[in-house]
Amino acid sequence: MLLHEIIIAGFGGQGVLSAGRLLAYAGMLEDKEVSFLPSYGPEMRGGTANCMVVISDEAIASPVLNSCSALIVMNNPSLEKFEKWLKPGGLLITDSSLVLKKPSRTDIKVIEIPATQLANEVGNKTYSNIYLLGKLVKETQCFGVESFEKALYGILPKRKHHMIPEEMEVFKTGMNY
Amino acid sequence: MGQKLLMKGNEVIAEAAVRAGCRHYFGYPITPQTEIAHYMAKRMPEVGGVFLQAESEVSAINMVYGAASTGKRVMTSSSSPGISLKQEGISYASGAELPAVIVNIMRGGPGLGGIQPSQSDYFQATKGGGHGDYHMVVLAPASVQELYELTVEAFNIADRYRILTMILGDGVLGQMMEVVNFRDEEKIESSDKSWAACGHENKREHNTITSIHIDPAVLEQWNLRYQKKYQAIIENEQRYELYNCEDADIILVAYGSVARICKGVIKEAQAQGIKLGLLRPITLWPFPVEGFEKVVNIPKAFLTVEMSAGQMVEDVKLASNGRKPVYFTGRMGGMIPTVDNVLSKVKEILGR
Repeated sequence: MLLHEIIIAGFGGQGVLSAGRLLAYAGMLEDKEVSFLPSYGPEMRGGTANCMVVISDEAIASPVLNSCSALIVMNNPSLEKFEKWLKPGGLLITDSSLVLKKPSRTDIKVIEIPATQLANEVGNKTYSNIYLLGKLVKETQCFGVESFEKALYGILPKRKHHMIPEEMEVFKTGMNY
Repeated sequence: MGQKLLMKGNEVIAEAAVRAGCRHYFGYPITPQTEIAHYMAKRMPEVGGVFLQAESEVSAINMVYGAASTGKRVMTSSSSPGISLKQEGISYASGAELPAVIVNIMRGGPGLGGIQPSQSDYFQATKGGGHGDYHMVVLAPASVQELYELTVEAFNIADRYRILTMILGDGVLGQMMEVVNFRDEEKIESSDKSWAACGHENKREHNTITSIHIDPAVLEQWNLRYQKKYQAIIENEQRYELYNCEDADIILVAYGSVARICKGVIKEAQAQGIKLGLLRPITLWPFPVEGFEKVVNIPKAFLTVEMSAGQMVEDVKLASNGRKPVYFTGRMGGMIPTVDNVLSKVKEILGR
């Protein structure tokens, strides 16, 4: 049975919620069951933000997670808060440009990508989440690359569609990093 | 072939209302349901409807009273503290037998409380938060798809019985995104609106919409009329879901997002060799006593799970009526029960 329980966490403004929506949307395009639950309220506005995404081939029991199979963290507080939520054997992907602490768990797979630095190098710091998503999709195989591209077209407003070819390059760089 | 979209619960409520023929929305923003007003502000002008942000919740519910009096489909929405403000208007509209839909996306209370999800307005919704012997039909969706289905149904029920219908959700349901399948066209039940105060053009007697009847004998007659209607609703409109109950040692009773968590509990329990079922009330009023009659002989006990100090558990006890022990577990203040929370209560009950 396919079941991905994914948490993405960081600061508001890093594209944490957008990343989660893209995952859920791409999952939907492959006819999977999906749910997306964002944190809401004061923490969204400049503080920490996180979201929970479930992609499954069975009806999803709860969209509220108490543990996860994969975790993307984009700042230090999120690593501290959510590292313990990972199931043994789970996947942790960090933006190592910003997450300077080292994870303490030894029973999980850790992948560090300097996503913010890579994004700055291509001249668009909003791409950092896309590098991380690329790696997540490569490692979990939760859906295909084409579905991600379609999700970008589905979710981004038309005025940003011209950026999608570049974002797909970023996504693939993340996959193969 | 319908339309399959990934949408936020709150937005789906608003879209469902528009599809159900609602062309009048009056509200006031409050987390975690503001997206309903936000969506309506954008959508209503597209369909020639009215979106109005009132100066307060009190004002919004009285605008609902006015629009409903003319026989139009109308909705307001808020979250717990805002719904408290609407209670006077709810009682008046119930007395005047006005059909309308009220959405409460609950947050932690009492008072201003917090903004995280809660179910602590169950008593207020089902037992009469305002004064007088009245009831609202209270629907409790558990998924984004069901938010759509039940919002459409809420308008039909409201018109069918000339009653207020409440959608009782919580912050999780309002904020989460899931896939929703919209039908190409809604079946809008037609209903007799000859009672409406919408202009008689001197062709008929004028209609009066009021809840005041000073003569106690007359007021009692009105109350008897309301009670007859409530009885019909109790007989016709009970809804519930039975899940995995066939050979359950304990049947969990939960509604809304907590019912979803309970399905996770059932799965985890299965892996540990514990047989659990779920009775999920979809109508909270009328409470689905029929569902209990179907399963009351199966389990050793019922366990009610709520995001409250234990409110629905009282109705579960009434439905069980002493035949099986009824236990409770829950979290409050915006905290969400975890699978482990519920499972440890199950083990305590079973002595494992």
